[in-house]
Amino acid sequence: MFVRIWPLFVKELLANWRDKANRYVLLFAPIIQLLIFSFAATQEVKNVPLAVLDEDRTVLTRELISRFEGSPQFSQVIRLNGVTEIASVIDARIAPAVLHIGSDFSRRLSAGQPAQIQLLLDGRRSNAAQIIHGYASEIVDRLNGELVQLGRLKGPPSVVVARTWFNPNSDTLWSTVPGLFAVLITVVGMMVSGLSVARERELGSFQQLLVSPLTSTEILIGKALSALAIAMTQGIIVMLIAMYGLGIPMEGSMMLLVAAMIVFLMSVIGIGLFISSLSDTQQQAIIGVFMFLAPAILLSGYATPVANMPDWLQTVTLANPIRHFVVISKGVFLKDLPIDVIASHLWPLALIAGVTLSAAAWLFRHKIA
Amino acid sequence: MSETLVRLEGVSKRFGSAPLAVAEVTTTIVGGGITALAGPDGAGKTTLLRLMLGLLKSDAGKLTVCDLDPISHAHRLREVVAYMPQRFGLYEDLTVFENLRLYADLRGVAEQQRAETFERLLTLTGLAAFQSRLAGALSGGMKQKLGLACALVRAPRLLLLDEPSVGVDPISRRDLWRLIRVLAGEGIGIVWSTAYLDEAERCERVLLMNDGKLMYEGVPSELTKRMAGRTFHVRNAGEQRRAVLAVAAKRTGVIDAVIQGSNVRIVMAEGAATPSPEEFSKDSGVDIVAVSPRFEDAFINLLGSKSPAVSRLARASDNFRTTEPVIVAKDLTRRYGSFTAADRISFSIGKGEIFGLLGPNGAGKSTTFKMLCGLLRPTSGEARVAGLDVVAQTSAARNRLGYMAQKFSLYGDLSARQNLDFFAGVYGLTGAQRHDAVKRVTEAFGLGRYLDTNAGTIPAGYKQRLALACAIMHEPPVLFLDEPTSGVDPLTRREFWAHINALVAGGVTVMVTTHFLDEAEYCDRIALVYRGRVIATGSPDDLKSSVRTQALPDPTLEDAFIALVEADDRTVAA
Repeated sequence: MFVRIWPLFVKELLANWRDKANRYVLLFAPIIQLLIFSFAATQEVKNVPLAVLDEDRTVLTRELISRFEGSPQFSQVIRLNGVTEIASVIDARIAPAVLHIGSDFSRRLSAGQPAQIQLLLDGRRSNAAQIIHGYASEIVDRLNGELVQLGRLKGPPSVVVARTWFNPNSDTLWSTVPGLFAVLITVVGMMVSGLSVARERELGSFQQLLVSPLTSTEILIGKALSALAIAMTQGIIVMLIAMYGLGIPMEGSMMLLVAAMIVFLMSVIGIGLFISSLSDTQQQAIIGVFMFLAPAILLSGYATPVANMPDWLQTVTLANPIRHFVVISKGVFLKDLPIDVIASHLWPLALIAGVTLSAAAWLFRHKIA
Repeated sequence: MSETLVRLEGVSKRFGSAPLAVAEVTTTIVGGGITALAGPDGAGKTTLLRLMLGLLKSDAGKLTVCDLDPISHAHRLREVVAYMPQRFGLYEDLTVFENLRLYADLRGVAEQQRAETFERLLTLTGLAAFQSRLAGALSGGMKQKLGLACALVRAPRLLLLDEPSVGVDPISRRDLWRLIRVLAGEGIGIVWSTAYLDEAERCERVLLMNDGKLMYEGVPSELTKRMAGRTFHVRNAGEQRRAVLAVAAKRTGVIDAVIQGSNVRIVMAEGAATPSPEEFSKDSGVDIVAVSPRFEDAFINLLGSKSPAVSRLARASDNFRTTEPVIVAKDLTRRYGSFTAADRISFSIGKGEIFGLLGPNGAGKSTTFKMLCGLLRPTSGEARVAGLDVVAQTSAARNRLGYMAQKFSLYGDLSARQNLDFFAGVYGLTGAQRHDAVKRVTEAFGLGRYLDTNAGTIPAGYKQRLALACAIMHEPPVLFLDEPTSGVDPLTRREFWAHINALVAGGVTVMVTTHFLDEAEYCDRIALVYRGRVIATGSPDDLKSSVRTQALPDPTLEDAFIALVEADDRTVAA
């Protein structure tokens, strides 16, 4: 059996490599996407205006505001003169956030009482709001620390800070790239496998393949393995660029990540081959692949946390291979995820792979004979 | 009547760095008749048509169509020229009538003229009864007619047809031909591009092209006449016909030799002495008779053929010995819902036989063919190839068959060598075995200089050789050919059949399906499939003589085909 699959495997690799356009797309598109998405489309918020209503007007509050002004995240500080102006600033989208310091702020602080600063955020820009909240907390927190050092702060600190775990530098690249890595290898695996059968059907070489002694299972294995080889190569390149080019740490075991990639890619390739066996032309295959990719990426937790989705949808995402791999990828890159947690995501992946590959094999046998 | 519609003066066109696709063509095309634009695939026919339409710009030369420059007067040109491309752009999800209306809209046909035009076109094409049928549900021949009707929604002065008869069975082809005759009678100038030389022969004028060059222009019979006295039949060769062909191929003075039923047709070089029957066979029954020349003979002569093609395929080691039939169809049936595409088809093919499967489009010929080579599972019945059940022992059976499709179906992005390696590999040849197989076919087919060239870019004749090489590398005892030489030039076709004859001499059994009746002449036996059943079996000569009448004393295979199908229609109707 292997004797016949090997030439098919080699042929698939050659066919992908010798098609010039295909070669460049496969080689460079994921790398370019990695760089574009991680730099241009990060969730970082920079250069936003901030409105400030300072009712206290003391040396301390002036110091605090100057720190906001000096921070690279905020482009300008708009000073407000009264509470009535707050609503209009937010409504008119002049600034996504208003920092409101009450008139008793310094007094309470020096009296050793809890002092609060109110940060009003534009909920329509929920993502930006969350990030601004993080920045603001950090600035206030740092000031607190300095006050403690100087011995000027006797009581509790002024603002409760929600600290960002595992990303102490608030480096959004770190949270973006491991997820992006998962998405990019998905796209490569899906495209290579999704086009493979449809391309041959369109060119007419598929019949020639079908009259050869290769069984439909052998054809499927050959095509799955070659897609796996291409996507793995691409995935490892992207992984190395992420580590050495973008400085993403690899806290967990790289071998473990590579092993998880294989299981994950098999599940994705199963879907790709399934779509490809259904399609008569490459165009249909591409449409099919995107019909799957768009919702699967949205529901993967790559861009929006799965925990924020409605309960029923969270259950649906359990069938989504990308969702499991995003967890593994983020986990292994950033925090040496314990093996049992990885396993709890790996077995669903193996199950999904088993189902999708068998479905592709079944369809393959039944659509052609 | 015969106004000059197209004038070409030294027109040339080149794509990239390839040789000239159209090389300094100077000619005129006149109205009121059919002009054939004949030549094999890649001769430059489509390029020339596209230049006339202003879809391409010529690199050199002067070109006017209906006294208009096709590029600068593109808009006015569209009003007087109609074009039907090889695959006409019908909208398959629209009905026949909606397609017509859409093209009338696109070509700006005035509302008041439409009713009359549509009715005339629908009647002309015989589609009136199918107005509300989806175009996608029409048969191949009907689609072609609808395409033609759509091209004619605005009455043109010049109609350009790009290979309208490709993939169309003889009956639909005859209908189409009648239709075009009617149009020509109305005074429309018609250019019919074709790779079939028998079609070109029937036109008033012919422009014969090869490799971008115009080889001949004028009345077809004028060219054919030059071959007078040089064409002969070696009669009654029967069983020995392939041996006779091999002798003819070696005799000096013979420039062409083909099998036609039990005869071998030979063409002599100019001035060569008439051969005697003894030269070909000791059998006293064999006779030599002068026959009238064909247009194809003249083309072969123009192409400068010195002698008929000889196969360098070494006689394969015949490791498949059997007295049993090699291909057996037993009550083969395939149903799609309530439609029976193949109905209890039975025949058996002996070793070393060339068996042809013929029939109109959609009659069940492809279905039968596919069931026999394992591409389609029969609903019931049995298909056996080389002693193995195709359904139960699929993989093993496939190992014993070679398959070659009409459309080039290798991997165009892979080099010739990589294609050979791949096919050797999937047929289980490894190491030295594979190396030897690749070497053997490379030498036999002269593929050496193209081994490292992408298969998609090698010349058409070599593609044909490469496809056959890939199909027979594993020395299969059975070979399936699906319209193997449609669209190739006559010399390549002869070479191809020389290889097939060599294989058959080595004990290979061949099954071929074709629309191209010249190809069918090479068969030992033919099964005619119609309405899912075999309506006739026999040698080409048997089929021809079965329809011989006083009105038709010397029927061609095409005549036989049409007569048998019509006879079956009458029995079914009665």
